Amino acid sequence: MADIKRGVSLYSFQEEYFLGKMTMEDCIAKAASFGANGIEIIGEQMVPGFPKLTDAFVDQWFGWMDKYGTTPVCHDMFLDFKKYKGYVMSQLDQLQSIIRDLKFANKLGCKVMRVIVSTTPELMELAAPYAEEYDVKMGIEVHAPWHIDNAWMKRHYEVMEKMNSPYLGFIPDMGTYTKKIARIIVDNFLRKGASEKIAQLVADSYEKGVMAEYIVGEVRSMTDKPIDIALAEQARHNSYTNPKQLLPYMNRIFHIHAKFYEMLDEDTEYSIPYNEVVAVLKQGGFKGYMCSEYEGNRHIHDAFVVNSVEQVRRQQLMLKKLIGE
Amino acid sequence: MYEQYIIHTKPENTVENGTVTGFQVGAKLPYYRGLGISMIEDVQLTIDGKAVAPENILVVLHGNTYTLKQMETEPEDRWEFGEVGTIKVLQPGGLVSGEHTVELLFNLRVSYMPVNAIRKYSKTFMV
Repeated sequence: MADIKRGVSLYSFQEEYFLGKMTMEDCIAKAASFGANGIEIIGEQMVPGFPKLTDAFVDQWFGWMDKYGTTPVCHDMFLDFKKYKGYVMSQLDQLQSIIRDLKFANKLGCKVMRVIVSTTPELMELAAPYAEEYDVKMGIEVHAPWHIDNAWMKRHYEVMEKMNSPYLGFIPDMGTYTKKIARIIVDNFLRKGASEKIAQLVADSYEKGVMAEYIVGEVRSMTDKPIDIALAEQARHNSYTNPKQLLPYMNRIFHIHAKFYEMLDEDTEYSIPYNEVVAVLKQGGFKGYMCSEYEGNRHIHDAFVVNSVEQVRRQQLMLKKLIGE
Repeated sequence: MYEQYIIHTKPENTVENGTVTGFQVGAKLPYYRGLGISMIEDVQLTIDGKAVAPENILVVLHGNTYTLKQMETEPEDRWEFGEVGTIKVLQPGGLVSGEHTVELLFNLRVSYMPVNAIRKYSKTFMV
């Protein structure tokens, strides 16, 4: 077996699930059919009654794992610290929320939990003993526009080092290697009335590596149309960094979100140079799961029927080749 | 995101004990996970260009009925991902037969977002 393992976040099939075209079992079965035997789930997306887990559901969940030869890998948690209007949850209550999710992940057999990027390093420090107690590794999601070397992640890294716990680490999201802005995002803005000229400028400038502030500044000097400005601001929400930047942190990386927007065929993602990133992961000796995270749906569903299954199939084939299975 | 799915079923008059007390539409939350009800900061419904007063809006989820005020303090119950809820408008007599345009807006307080997500959709129906 190759060191890098393949999985699918059921998030990828959210469109079909939302529309009632696929059940959770269908999602698991599809992942398995692509040889992606790691299953990642957002409890709040597909487990009705979250955070409660009935025995019947847990039995069914493990029954599906047996039936399809899959393994629970990761639960993605959220931290609703703004549960009430005008009130921010206390740190203690936030910790309780994290513990709730650790228990949830543990019950579903997930050894990894994706921690949402806005979670503070201080909370991670407080939660580390519980991660150990429930045997669930907590990975802060390195999500664009953050990247693994910026200040927020540096603070997280300091806590990881201080705690010296194998239960704390990073989950890099491959969206941080967005070399070209997804054309499906640009097209979505065009459908909403953005100007062709602005769209071209933003896409070209981003690809050249022009800093987002400059792109937004230039667009603002050309137009005051809100949709054009919003398109320019896409440059702020995306990021591209050298994947080699991951190498010093490999001992802290135990899971990967294989985010993608559009698979053109079975080899190429439009925005993200997967060949470059997987090469670095191999070089660094990464041994965890790369889980597909299809995010094209929301950018095309206003105009097209989404086919998440086909998109994930293509990405899994690409990953299989790049991993060298 | 998910805007075009907000209005799930066309408006229908609500009949209670033989009286038309208003009208209702089936709705889905325009977000990619379920949310605790207290984080649905606002629901606004406009009918034929006229906004319905907040106190005349009720939200029904899996048999539980909430006023917008009651939603503010309900952290446990959730509007699940993909769940069809019912937005009821108290309006004696309901809608007269004919063409009606409904606009439904959700204001969602999602903690990791620096500002609330405000998503709306408008659709015209023959009632």
